[in-house]
Amino acid sequence: MLTSKVFIKKTKRGSVMKIVREHYLRDDITCGSRVCGLCEHPKKQQKPPLEENPNNRSSLCKRQHYLLPDTNVVLHQIDVIEDPSVTNVIILQTVLDEVKHRSIPAFKRMKDMLGNPDKHFYTFCNEFNKDTYVEREPGESSNDRNDRAIRQATNWYRQHIRNVDIVLLTNDAENKTKATNAGLQAFTVYDYIKSLKDAGSLVDRLANPLTKVSIQGNKVLFPEHLHLSDIQRGIKSGRYHQGNVLASRENYLEANVSVGGLDKMVFIQGMINLNRAVDGDIVAIEMLPESEWSCPSSLVLVDREERQKEEDDLDENEKEVKNPVPEELRQPTGRVIGIIKRKWRQYCGILQPSLLKEATRHLFIAAEKKIPKIRIETRQAENLTGKRIIVAIDSWPRTSRYPLGHFVRELGNVGEKDTENEVLLLEHDVPHSNFSQAVLNCLPEMPWTITEEDEQKRTNLRHIDICSVDPPGCTDIDDALHCRRLENGNLEVGVHIADVSHFIRPNTPLDNEAASRGTTVYLSDMRIDMVPELLSSNLCSLRSNVDRFAFSVLWEVTDEAELVGKPKFMKSIIHSKASLTYAEAQMKIDDPNQHDTLTESLRNLNKLAKILKRRRIENGALSLASTEVRFYVDSETHDPIDVQVKEIRETNSMVEEFMLLANVTVAQKIKDEFPHCACLRRHPSPPPSNFDPLIKAAKSKGLTVDVSSGKALSDSLDKAQFPGNPFFNTMLRIMTTRCMMQAVYFCSGMLPEDEFVHYGLAAPIYTHYTSPIRRFSDIIVHRLLAASIGADATYPELLDKQKTQMVCNNLNYRHKMAQYAGRASVNLHTQLFFKERVQDEEGYVLFVRKNALQVLIPKYGLEGTLFLNAPEKGAASLFTYDEEENTQTAGDVVFHVFDPVTIQLFIDRSNVQNMKLSVKLVKPVVPGFSVPPAAYKQTTEPPTKKRKK
Amino acid sequence: MAGVELLSDQGFRIDGRRPHELRKIECRLGVFRQADGSAYIEQGNTKVLAAVYGPHEVRGGRGKALHDKVVVNCQYSMATFSTGERKRRPRGDRKSQEMTMHLQQTFDATILTTLYPRSQIDIFVEVLQADGGNYCASVNAATLALIDAGIPLKDYVCASSAGFVRDTALVDMNHLEESSGGTELIIATLPKSQQIVFLEMNSRLHEDNLSAVMDRAVAGCTDVYNVLDTAVRDHVGETAAAIGGDAA
Repeated sequence: MLTSKVFIKKTKRGSVMKIVREHYLRDDITCGSRVCGLCEHPKKQQKPPLEENPNNRSSLCKRQHYLLPDTNVVLHQIDVIEDPSVTNVIILQTVLDEVKHRSIPAFKRMKDMLGNPDKHFYTFCNEFNKDTYVEREPGESSNDRNDRAIRQATNWYRQHIRNVDIVLLTNDAENKTKATNAGLQAFTVYDYIKSLKDAGSLVDRLANPLTKVSIQGNKVLFPEHLHLSDIQRGIKSGRYHQGNVLASRENYLEANVSVGGLDKMVFIQGMINLNRAVDGDIVAIEMLPESEWSCPSSLVLVDREERQKEEDDLDENEKEVKNPVPEELRQPTGRVIGIIKRKWRQYCGILQPSLLKEATRHLFIAAEKKIPKIRIETRQAENLTGKRIIVAIDSWPRTSRYPLGHFVRELGNVGEKDTENEVLLLEHDVPHSNFSQAVLNCLPEMPWTITEEDEQKRTNLRHIDICSVDPPGCTDIDDALHCRRLENGNLEVGVHIADVSHFIRPNTPLDNEAASRGTTVYLSDMRIDMVPELLSSNLCSLRSNVDRFAFSVLWEVTDEAELVGKPKFMKSIIHSKASLTYAEAQMKIDDPNQHDTLTESLRNLNKLAKILKRRRIENGALSLASTEVRFYVDSETHDPIDVQVKEIRETNSMVEEFMLLANVTVAQKIKDEFPHCACLRRHPSPPPSNFDPLIKAAKSKGLTVDVSSGKALSDSLDKAQFPGNPFFNTMLRIMTTRCMMQAVYFCSGMLPEDEFVHYGLAAPIYTHYTSPIRRFSDIIVHRLLAASIGADATYPELLDKQKTQMVCNNLNYRHKMAQYAGRASVNLHTQLFFKERVQDEEGYVLFVRKNALQVLIPKYGLEGTLFLNAPEKGAASLFTYDEEENTQTAGDVVFHVFDPVTIQLFIDRSNVQNMKLSVKLVKPVVPGFSVPPAAYKQTTEPPTKKRKK
Repeated sequence: MAGVELLSDQGFRIDGRRPHELRKIECRLGVFRQADGSAYIEQGNTKVLAAVYGPHEVRGGRGKALHDKVVVNCQYSMATFSTGERKRRPRGDRKSQEMTMHLQQTFDATILTTLYPRSQIDIFVEVLQADGGNYCASVNAATLALIDAGIPLKDYVCASSAGFVRDTALVDMNHLEESSGGTELIIATLPKSQQIVFLEMNSRLHEDNLSAVMDRAVAGCTDVYNVLDTAVRDHVGETAAAIGGDAA
């Protein structure tokens, strides 16, 4: 059964080396079709994937047929192939390998399709089959060889299966002709899809063929991209640099490129310099001469709805770029000379209304401002106006100002909460489908009982007075606390964490699903769980008055919060006596008449927490501010009726303090036990340059901020007070937060130990242990900790540092996305809240930009952008911007950072498709710009009565 | 494991084998006249030549002689042209010394050493082309050479390797699979009694998976044994026929 064939390959690895690899050709590779009687199909599969009666109705090929796409078809038309109506497709190994080489996302989607039994896709390993393997001929390019291999395989199938035709889909004219000459049926995708009886929206999903690009005539707008080999040579010689494009969140015409080896990001400005790079792409850049260096225009791109003439627009952009920039502000600036790898994905957004009704070409505006508009072709534009749709980019030719793309699917009406929620979940790549049956099968059967065996393995802590303290309405309680006096006079403090790892066993579908979700995502009105609800709100949740499994950490401490001896870790059974809210717990502590054990224990905890916190701050931990808001939602319409900034009580910080203590303790323990594969969390100290905006802002108020160390920063933030502005300190802290780096999960074996530090908490080592219901990292930490105390066994992936790091990378990504999604959700609700309102509010200037002020409104914890444009088009702006001083001046009114202002909030409806929160200036009065205060008749006061209902 | 996918979703390895399949083995016995026994083996692209001298009296100092058993002297060397980049010295470097030691241990345990006290057996192994599984091919070649030399053994010694990729054990790793940084377990067994003569493993492997990998490697040894046994029987048959022809 083995036929061996040696083939020779020459590879460059520094020097020229000849590599000889074996390549075994086999005769046991089956065709995967149910109609075939020749192959011996493996018995363990019930049925080969390809059906007897493939239901592909095309007018081009009347007989029943299987499809066999070539590489380019799979790469570019993956949206079409993904459609449920496309079934019975043969994917050759040659095609799959090439797809993997050229686009990882497409390869992943392909793999998903191959795994879906309803699609009836089959991978034919033609490279290992003795009849379909082709040797590369001398002088033949590898592409040509692959095309020949594809034709060879098609031919083999044609002769192998007589009852069903094989249709080769290729967009390559030469390949098609050759195939037709060889007697094969070959069509282009366009012809084939159009010939389908129920083509419908499939035609819209076809990616734009490059040949059709004559939209702009032949005017070339962009310089050509360099060839990959030139780029590689340039990078090697140091002329070019390679980096990731990070488009500015506000303006897709500006981007930063993070280049390895340079400590500062390289700035890229303007359409021509960006040269068709889209956010996320890996590009090669060339540095511009220093005289042409520029800086971010600190201008927020206003929607240029009115201007349809693209040429004008282009020229204007050019002009803006030419503005001389003061030397001290200049940043290293470059231009894109080639694309190394595209990172295009699908984008959510809306269709821009076209002037001509019948036009089939339309512009699409993505929801994210960092993505350029996309030109798509659709016949159903009328249906799609006012809808949220998904669009994919296909190409960006030199002659087109915008990238060309195609329609993928629609989500629903703009402005409806469900649609908008869906949009923000999709935009942030949050997996939010229902849990599959395989996952649900992993859940324990109800009613769930504690068995004899569990009793024996676990420490019984039912007799201790344990309680949980959480925000109101919390159903996924993952931590509980206790504190009691020991006989020797010391205190015993216990932190009890829900034992989720008892229910989620490694390598089950449930485990994989949780690992891929990574975190529970909290939106303002919904929660997307990481684990099914039975676990998150019932079996794992440490509710009061039921027996629950917990993973406990116990410390013995003195009244001065000095630790005595070593902390104890144990799997336990607890019986929580009360689930309190922060407010209830606070009331218990403050009420002098209560003296029950629970209250006493809360008081002790509170006392200890204060000592711990003080000690932590003395060590240089930062206390940063960010405003969190809470929406009061109408019980019937689910529309928000009031917003409030979340209150912070003593008890919040009490719980936080013990969670921090538990996290640090556990981090140390698992690092000692598993030095190479512990899952930890670090917060790198930010580079000093990050603090520049903060220092500049503080300076404008005559204050100095010392950023030399965490401790110094913390102290100077404490000292920074400004009379007459009670909110000043908080704003300074908000700004400091923006200077920080992201905290990340990592595997301890991948970094030197001195990089483990957590800057914000001033802890040498840190991890997440206390919320396993909503974070997957905590589950891993639980497993490690359980293994280290002998309560559970390890499993291979847990001890593999590469795999742990991969899990960590995914968690970091999901966490970031969950955070963004949460913020986006707050914005969405703010918009819904202000839908019916016009309101005047106090605010403070947070940043001064070239044409706008960023204003913070403390009451709602939100930021608004106050555009300082001239009220009428064409008139000169009333404001002059001083870049040095960071001020805007209009007449005798000067705006500095931190200045108090009164502004009016309302929803801008001028653009029906894209409503947004707008702000206008009320005070200080700038004649011709500010607006009169909102009339008091309007519902300026939140309807308090309604809330109490 | 950057880049290459060692095991595809369809269950094929990069060279087209399935996880349990050995590379193609070809072997010949009695390739030299000079030596008392010799053999040549190809396992895929790994090609090894082995020669056996002895038993003869102990050379290089009487002091080395053992009064109750034979001295097994091994020498492992790799031709300078055996690897992709030319090797500087064919023997005597750390790796070759280690390999020599391992071979010595393996054959000390297999040869019926007590039959030849105060004598010496030399086993010379030369790797002509290296493409993974050098130890295994060396052991298999030396076994054949010892049989060719007529030296009494407890049993054939057969060696095979196994790795662990994507939760599957792969038998008989080639160079590309070996150098991807995963686990490799090398085992030499006496196939009839299923005893393990030599076992080596590099890099970490979770104990849950150990038995699977070991079973795969032992199965590989058994497969190797079948091939070697056939080769020996063929060789003996041919030789007997040649002798018989002379006599007639």
